This record gives sequence, C-alpha cells and structure tokens, in this order.
Amino acid sequence: METKEIIYCLKKIVKPYVQNDLAFQDFGKDTDFIKDLEINSANLVDIVLDVEDEFNIAIDNDSMDKMLTVKDAVEIIKTKQQEQ
Amino acid sequence: MSEHQKIIDLLPYSHPFLFVDELEKVTENGILGTHTFPMDAYFYKGHFKDNPVTPGVILTECMAQIGVVCLGIFLLKDEELQSFGVALSNASIDYYLPVLPGEKVKVVSEKLYFRFGKLKCKVRMFNAEEKLVCRGEISGMIKAE
Repeated sequence: METKEIIYCLKKIVKPYVQNDLAFQDFGKDTDFIKDLEINSANLVDIVLDVEDEFNIAIDNDSMDKMLTVKDAVEIIKTKQQEQ
Repeated sequence: MSEHQKIIDLLPYSHPFLFVDELEKVTENGILGTHTFPMDAYFYKGHFKDNPVTPGVILTECMAQIGVVCLGIFLLKDEELQSFGVALSNASIDYYLPVLPGEKVKVVSEKLYFRFGKLKCKVRMFNAEEKLVCRGEISGMIKAE
C-alpha cells in the first residue's frame, strides 16, 4: 500500500476521536496524535484497534508504544503488512 | 484470604466511596459482584430533598468499580500486582429503575476487550428482584505500576 493511501485511511479512522479540529486540517506525516490532535490515550487504543481491522494486521505492545505520529503509524502498518 | 477478597483489598477506594461488598464470580471474561447501598449514605441527604434515591452517577460508579476496576485487577494478576493506576475513560449508561436506600444490587460485567491497558466492558446492574436497573458500556485505563 502506498504511503498516501495509508494516510488517507488513517485520517478517516482518526477523525471521530480528534479534539483539535484546527490541527486536523493539517493532518499529515508529522501530525502527533496526542500533542497535535489532543487524542486521549484511551481513544488512541480505539484507533489502533480500528487500524488492525482496516489493514488486517496485529499490533503488539512495542508498536503501540512507538505509534506517536502519523509517520510512525505508516511505518508500522507497512512493516506489519510486509511480515504477512 | 480468598482471591476475591484480595481483589477488593487492592481497590483504591474507601468509605464513603467504596461500592463493592462481595465478588461472587470472576473469570477472564467477566465478573459478578454485589453492593448494598447503606441507608445512611451521605448522598441521600441531598439527592433528592426529602426523597432519597441513589444518584445515577453513584450507580455508574458502582458498576465501574465492580465491572471494570475489580475485573481489571483480576486480569492484571500475573504481574505480581502491588500498585496500579486506574482512570475512567468512557461510560454510556441507560437507567431503568430507581435504587432506594438499603437496596442490594448485583453488577454483571462482560469483557469486550482488554488491550494496551484499556478495558472495555458491557455492564448491567440488577436489583434484589432481578430486575434490570441500568446497563451500558464502561471503559477504563488500568495499568500495573
């Protein structure tokens, strides 16, 4: 899957959990889920569960801890998809 | 000491904000516990004036303490639990019947998922006549420290 396509899917998944709509307008590689979008840690778990379903991958605890920005998420999704 | 009592002893609440008396059944997938609201609980003085009814937020708290926190402690058991952090993250509850001073309620909770420290449960509360008092979904973050 292309990076652009992954980011497009991520944006859709993240939308219902966003607190900072202004930051969401600039959604891109460098967007930080917690710092920029002000998503809380409980909703970050929901996002990761949605990511698992959407991309048909399993996210482990280590990957979860590393998933701070959109860029991190894209890399993890790509790596997990390649492993399969 | 029974495993159930150990869970209750680990709860970070005390009087007048402990709403768990007994746990009857605890498994990987769910929990069943009870609480009797004391006739002289402090909130009856103001809720409502001259008409004591257990506040919905207190029913929710009781469901969260039994259904999410007690179950969460059980699910963390492998980690030699000494201390842990807990925070309510979401509650969506529908209420059906009032609970009066002195009533005993039963809370039944089913685990929907427990991942990355978030425990989400489907929780129901019944009165002594087995009638549904309230039900909904509650989630919390719970992590060993």
